[in-house]
Amino acid sequence: MPGMRRPLYRDDALVLRVQKLGEADRIVTLLTRQHGRVRAVAKGVRRTTSRFGARLEPFSHIDVQCSEGTSLDSVTQVEARDMLGRRFLTDYPRYTAASAIVELAERLTPVEREPAMRLYQLTLGALRALADAERPGTLVLDAYLLRAMSQAGWAPALRDCAVCGEPGPHRAFSVPSGGVTCLNCRPPGAAHPDPATLDLMSALLVGDWAAAQDTEAAVQRECAGFVAAHLQWHLERQLRSLPLVDRREPA
Amino acid sequence: MYEGAIQDLIDELGRLPGVGPKSAQRIAFHVLAADQTDIKRLAAALTRVKEQVRFCVQCYNVAEEDSCRICRDPRRREDAICVVEEPKDVVAIERTNEFRGRYHVLGGAINPLEGVGPDNLRIRELMARLSSGKVTELILATDPNTEGEATATYLALMVKPMGITVSRLASGLPVGGDLEYADEITLGRAFEGRRTL
Ligand SMILES: [Zn+2]
Ligand SMILES: [Zn+2]
Repeated sequence: MPGMRRPLYRDDALVLRVQKLGEADRIVTLLTRQHGRVRAVAKGVRRTTSRFGARLEPFSHIDVQCSEGTSLDSVTQVEARDMLGRRFLTDYPRYTAASAIVELAERLTPVEREPAMRLYQLTLGALRALADAERPGTLVLDAYLLRAMSQAGWAPALRDCAVCGEPGPHRAFSVPSGGVTCLNCRPPGAAHPDPATLDLMSALLVGDWAAAQDTEAAVQRECAGFVAAHLQWHLERQLRSLPLVDRREPA
Repeated sequence: MYEGAIQDLIDELGRLPGVGPKSAQRIAFHVLAADQTDIKRLAAALTRVKEQVRFCVQCYNVAEEDSCRICRDPRRREDAICVVEEPKDVVAIERTNEFRGRYHVLGGAINPLEGVGPDNLRIRELMARLSSGKVTELILATDPNTEGEATATYLALMVKPMGITVSRLASGLPVGGDLEYADEITLGRAFEGRRTL
């Protein structure tokens, strides 16, 4: 209606994705603290004179004001809280890990405007950990994938049998069964990971970084493989960025 | 919804980048109202571009022969290559008159969220050009946004062990912008002030 002001809202947000729109605009996908996932238009941000183009880069932690629209909201103000992306852009492996993190965050919020505060906190924490570079990027990624899945109700069984609940520890691991299984429930083709790999998955799930970092590279690789397989089993479509994660350690 | 030919045109136009349904409709009715000879010329230009323009076999810039105009020019230095995302970036840098070397057009930037990794760009082809040993300087002129920076970081990681000087356009360019929108003076300055990685 002419003259009617559209409702404004202000929130903390993480920029998950930025897509070009028309000549100079962008559509940004935000994971906000209070409003869940929101898609909004940012006008003119690709012009080099734009006031807030630089703040609306992927992985940025921002304080944003949007006006509600009929199909898409519009970004009206942006303040930078922490340009997290800028702190790992010069580290290619961390950049690829961050891409997988934001893609999963978007995938786990299929409905716009549905509050997802725990996922917001988890995602912010993971991107911060990548930016701080105090922990190996690939472990930060795998911890995020495991915890985000368990928030979504898909935690892998790591101790008691995933099928019958028989108390563990068990040695067989089956992605379709949902984790470790006892000998009776073990399906054909179940894997038998190194017990240290299962311990690493548990450590990442609870955030025991001392134990997690004290593992061998081969165990971390095996763990990454199981985490990825478990994740892809539960998601309808594969994460596009996960196969592109560069697991080289920076020189 | 319209009928037949006009709706077909609207649908085709709507598939073009940056053209929304309203613009598609506006352009379609403009075409309908326009002079026959103007539209014949437009149609001929569209057909010709697909028939005649190809990608340069060396640098993947647009070309009307096997090699583009720049690669055929013997006065252009062979020891410096400037890496850009798209052919339109070659045009933007040529306007600055700052660079007398050759180019390499990647065909985009690394963007894991869109499923674009190093293997989807012309990076292997760049490595093949660099392995000839003629090139001593590589200038990374990808866009000053997240994907462009990540692509530059990846290329630096791959190329520096080869003993080639790798530099990145100066940070005078506004972050988040497209290279093609930078004016000549800003872009020229960014070129002059490029920093070695
Ligand atoms: Zn069982
Ligand atoms: Zn060429």
